Amino acid sequence: MREPPVLETEDLTIRFGGHVAVDAVSCAFDRGTLTAIVGPNGAGKTTYFNLVSGQLKASAGTVRLNGEDITRLGVADRCDRGIGRAFQLTNLFPSLSVRENVRLVVQSRAHRGFDLFSRAASHVELIERAEHVLAEVRLADKRDVTVSALPHGDQRKLEVALMIALGAQVMMFDEPTAGMSVDEVPVILDLIRELKADKDRTILLVEHKMDVIRTLADRIVVLHNGALVADGEPGEVMRSAIVQEAYLGKAPDTATTDAAAATETAHG
Amino acid sequence: MINTLLSGDRPNSRMLALLLIAIGLCLAFAPFLFPGTKPLDTAARICIFIVLVASYDLLLGYTGIVSFAHTMFFGIGAYGVALALGSLGASFLAILVGVLAGTALSCALALAIGLFSLRVKAIFFAMVTLAVASAFAVLVSQLSSITGGEDGLTYRIPRELTPAFRLTDLRIFDVRIDGRLLAYYLIFFSALVLFLVMLRIVNSPFGTTLKAVRDNAFRAEAIGYRVVRYRTTATVLSAAMASLAGALLAIWIRYTGPATTLSMEIMIDILLMVVIGGMGTMYGAVIGASLFILAQTYLQSLMASAETATRGLPLLPDLVAPERWLLWLGTLFILSVYFFPDGIVGRLRNRG
Repeated sequence: MREPPVLETEDLTIRFGGHVAVDAVSCAFDRGTLTAIVGPNGAGKTTYFNLVSGQLKASAGTVRLNGEDITRLGVADRCDRGIGRAFQLTNLFPSLSVRENVRLVVQSRAHRGFDLFSRAASHVELIERAEHVLAEVRLADKRDVTVSALPHGDQRKLEVALMIALGAQVMMFDEPTAGMSVDEVPVILDLIRELKADKDRTILLVEHKMDVIRTLADRIVVLHNGALVADGEPGEVMRSAIVQEAYLGKAPDTATTDAAAATETAHG
Repeated sequence: MINTLLSGDRPNSRMLALLLIAIGLCLAFAPFLFPGTKPLDTAARICIFIVLVASYDLLLGYTGIVSFAHTMFFGIGAYGVALALGSLGASFLAILVGVLAGTALSCALALAIGLFSLRVKAIFFAMVTLAVASAFAVLVSQLSSITGGEDGLTYRIPRELTPAFRLTDLRIFDVRIDGRLLAYYLIFFSALVLFLVMLRIVNSPFGTTLKAVRDNAFRAEAIGYRVVRYRTTATVLSAAMASLAGALLAIWIRYTGPATTLSMEIMIDILLMVVIGGMGTMYGAVIGASLFILAQTYLQSLMASAETATRGLPLLPDLVAPERWLLWLGTLFILSVYFFPDGIVGRLRNRG
């Protein structure tokens, strides 16, 4: 018997005026899988993420987590129920130190935010957990650096660190390697691979680099103009004519670099 | 011990530490170091404004909320004590009742304002607080049968806090141990405790969450913090602290009126003190309030002596005439904001 999906969207739709940004997307994500969501710019990938993690409210359709309808819940409630979201543009706490960023996530999960009269520094177990995560992403030696002074690559690592600290059941990464130098990319990919090794976890990944997708993804979902147009095993989806022509360029080999390069410039 | 009292928030700069110790000692021994009515009055005002400015910094510097209703809460605290002393008679019970009622009203109002308007953009929240504060000021001035209108209220405070009361005939350093001295120490120790409580709050898990909300509310929500609740709680806490500062003022000057508590001028003064001292640093409130009130009180007399000293020189005596003190106060602020954009505390800390 097949296990019910962890996360499921049914006819999920959002309209901005007359523009349908996400158009009746029905899709289910199983425990222990990593699904890559691809599509050209403006296809609605980030909007779809925002609908699932709650930054945007759906015009129609439902989002279900472990069978519970969470469509109407706010961002923090969804976070409590196990949806973790990392952002495409760096979205950290800039005036705080690297360790403080991670500690805040750990503190949120320990539900200690409303503790008014104890010293934050006295919660040793939270700090130790933060240190542990920092060591995992190799940022331990930069723990005291203010985030606004951190190089871009390290900020991306910190973004992943926040996700690890969150320890969410569903993790959504929106282009985790965007804008990173070539030699830094593998570090991030290794981290995501380690997260994937936890079979209780469900990972959604928006990514443009086809080589990344090929090595990480169990499945590819293709969005185009807000609608789901292809869904299946990576090899099969990449081979399908419609994806080949419309989204990945012409030949599979040149497609990899071209698609990545094209989207990089568009984002830069 | 000291580390626990300061909640682990060390000054992190030798200069700053020395400055804070100097201010602390001066305030603690003010009646003995600077005998006289005016210096003691200045010292008490500094104590009260340290609490008021620190409570505003909790909002502005730590949570990133701009509010113009802070003097309203300050006023509510003062009027609470004033009305209670006026109607219940000059007793400590009346003070307690006044403090509790004023603080409760402030908290309720802050909660209402927070819940109704902290969901909207920061600029709208600022506008709402401005409107509520103005409406409140008008209300106080119109309800003259209760509040005394523009004239305000005068009342008697418990005899133990008045100059007529003698604790002992003994003199210490030639200073009489009278009720005024007791009143000063009541203000001083209340202010000290309130300040240390706020220092603890900003260094607590809650306080660090406020900084996260200030830095990036969007992300704070995404890691599971309910931003509106944190902002509202900060607003309520800050209002309560402002009310307590107002109550202290009402006890000290034995008069409560719109000009001493509710005026927009005081609101601007608070803003300036926070900015000059350094936003988002509790110690900035200590430095900002001390400097500002000293300048406000003594610049005029300083200039008067400068005028006498430069008599005979061209132009100079006119420039330093005491009635031009506002010009110089303004110049000092422009210079301090220009040279210390992070405030004095920010500057001292960055220097290492």
